[in-house]
Amino acid sequence: MYKGGLAVERYLKPVNYRRRKYAALLSMAAPAIVLAVAFAYFPMSGLVLAFKNYRFDRGVFGSAWNGFENFRYLFQSGTGWLITRNTVLYNLLNLFTSQALAILIAIFITEINNMIFRKVSQSVIFLPYFISWVIVGTFVYNIFNYETGALNTMLKSMNLSPVNVYSKPGAWPWIICFFNAWKWAGYNSVIYIAAITGIDSEPYEAAEIDGATISQRIWYITMPGILPTVITMLLLQVGRILRGDFEMFYQIVGNNGQLFNATDVIDTYVFRSLLQNSNLGMTAAASLYQSVLCFAIIMVVNAVVKRIDSDYALF
Amino acid sequence: MNNSISVKVKDRSSFLFYFVCYLFVVIVAVISLIPFLMLISGSFTSEHAIRFSGYSLIPKEWSLSAYELIFKTPMTVIHAYGVSILITVAGTAIGLFVTTMAAYVISRKDFKYRNVLSFFFYFTTLFNGGMLSTYIFYIRYYHLKDSLWALIIPGLFNVFYLLIMRSFVSSVPSALIESAEIDGAGEYRTFFQIILPLLQSGLATIGLFIALGYWNDWYNAMLYINSTDKYPLQYMLYTLMQKTEAMSRIASSAGIPVMDMPTQSLKMAMAVVATGPIVLVYPFVQKYFVKGITIGSVKG
Repeated sequence: MYKGGLAVERYLKPVNYRRRKYAALLSMAAPAIVLAVAFAYFPMSGLVLAFKNYRFDRGVFGSAWNGFENFRYLFQSGTGWLITRNTVLYNLLNLFTSQALAILIAIFITEINNMIFRKVSQSVIFLPYFISWVIVGTFVYNIFNYETGALNTMLKSMNLSPVNVYSKPGAWPWIICFFNAWKWAGYNSVIYIAAITGIDSEPYEAAEIDGATISQRIWYITMPGILPTVITMLLLQVGRILRGDFEMFYQIVGNNGQLFNATDVIDTYVFRSLLQNSNLGMTAAASLYQSVLCFAIIMVVNAVVKRIDSDYALF
Repeated sequence: MNNSISVKVKDRSSFLFYFVCYLFVVIVAVISLIPFLMLISGSFTSEHAIRFSGYSLIPKEWSLSAYELIFKTPMTVIHAYGVSILITVAGTAIGLFVTTMAAYVISRKDFKYRNVLSFFFYFTTLFNGGMLSTYIFYIRYYHLKDSLWALIIPGLFNVFYLLIMRSFVSSVPSALIESAEIDGAGEYRTFFQIILPLLQSGLATIGLFIALGYWNDWYNAMLYINSTDKYPLQYMLYTLMQKTEAMSRIASSAGIPVMDMPTQSLKMAMAVVATGPIVLVYPFVQKYFVKGITIGSVKG
């Protein structure tokens, strides 16, 4: 392959020429590199706070060391287990419900031949992706608040007694799961619709000739066809199993102490202690534990996947 | 005979399938839309009707008082709009510039360090300092407390968008770059005069993703912004939600009649005002998002 540059120049000073070219290219990437270093790589050093007694006036590096005290407090107080359990369970629940819903939507929408109906319904289902979680929080309030919420309006009109959902922790996993699926259904189904339209049309034609029913066609051609996409989506999400979607939890649940046992995830816990400026040591420990474990899970899963079938590996 | 039976069975089963299929899609679409309709309905309902019979899909008593209240003192809303527009425009412009140049560099096959550089960027998605240390660095070391830059910087650079942009750049034939080089164009000239004009759909796609992120951001404002005159729209809406809730709680416990104050419908009206622009431009920009998501899912 031709490496660029005037032939004469390359012949005269190949090393210098290439060095100049690399320097120019690096300078083009410089703004991104600076942003990554300053706002992603430098803050990684802040993770050492997990082993320190943080004081704002002394900063990250001036604060005194205190060994594993922070971790001891985090797990002895029970908070560590609670928020880890909640984070993992919510992620599993949300992962399966939202992916299953998206796959169903994609399969059904691609079977619809009426283009106008298909376009309009797809647009409508995609709409929730575009609104902020603040607005979703408004919806939740609109539906569930005790005095004026739509749910209680409906219950009262049917002569049933109103419920105070905000004092029923058991209901919230389902509410959160519902709104998560609701917000991401359109986005995820776009991915699966792309996967389905990418499937070779030949097997479909053969199935048509052999007289396969629609459900047989879906089960034996479409499902295996989108399997690689399903696996990729699962792998991407597994790496995030310890990361709670902070914006969602915070806007749907808010700072409602009654619901913490059922709804507190690592990210909301960290955020709350940040705002209240309390338990910063335990928070730093939770942060480090989250970052390190997430990294370890991704590396292990990726290595295993690479061994089984390197096509599915993330990197 | 046998054949005709099987055809009938097949017809019946496919009829059933399409029935289920349309029904399912219609139900999901209706559920996707209902909260929006309730929001709009709530914003047009009189406070009195909300207090006594709650929110409903169709206003029981129509009223414009919530919108009147917002537009009677329009400066707060206009100001928040201004902040949101400012950070969205500035952030999208800078972010696009940073992302596109970096994507161009890591897409150049003749650049020796492209793999190292790609991994350098990709690594930030695998491992990071977390919310707490990021916050401490923004505040203590970069002194971004209460600065509009604290709203702009976090959205400037996103590895996912970088990878999508890279596949847009890769679709430009590399022969173009080579011939520009032979003609003696420098790297910057090749990028700005040859590559950039061919990246229109990539720029539109990534630009819209970045812009949407800025427009919907409330979280960075909550962390870093103190002065109310720097509140972007979404955060202003959030504080209003919190405030009216507190206000109505205090008022009702003190026995003050809050009936006349349209707090409930005001929330809904503010949400409509904040979401309006997105819903309006949505039909025109949807295809770019579909394109970006499709490319992103292929490339991981």
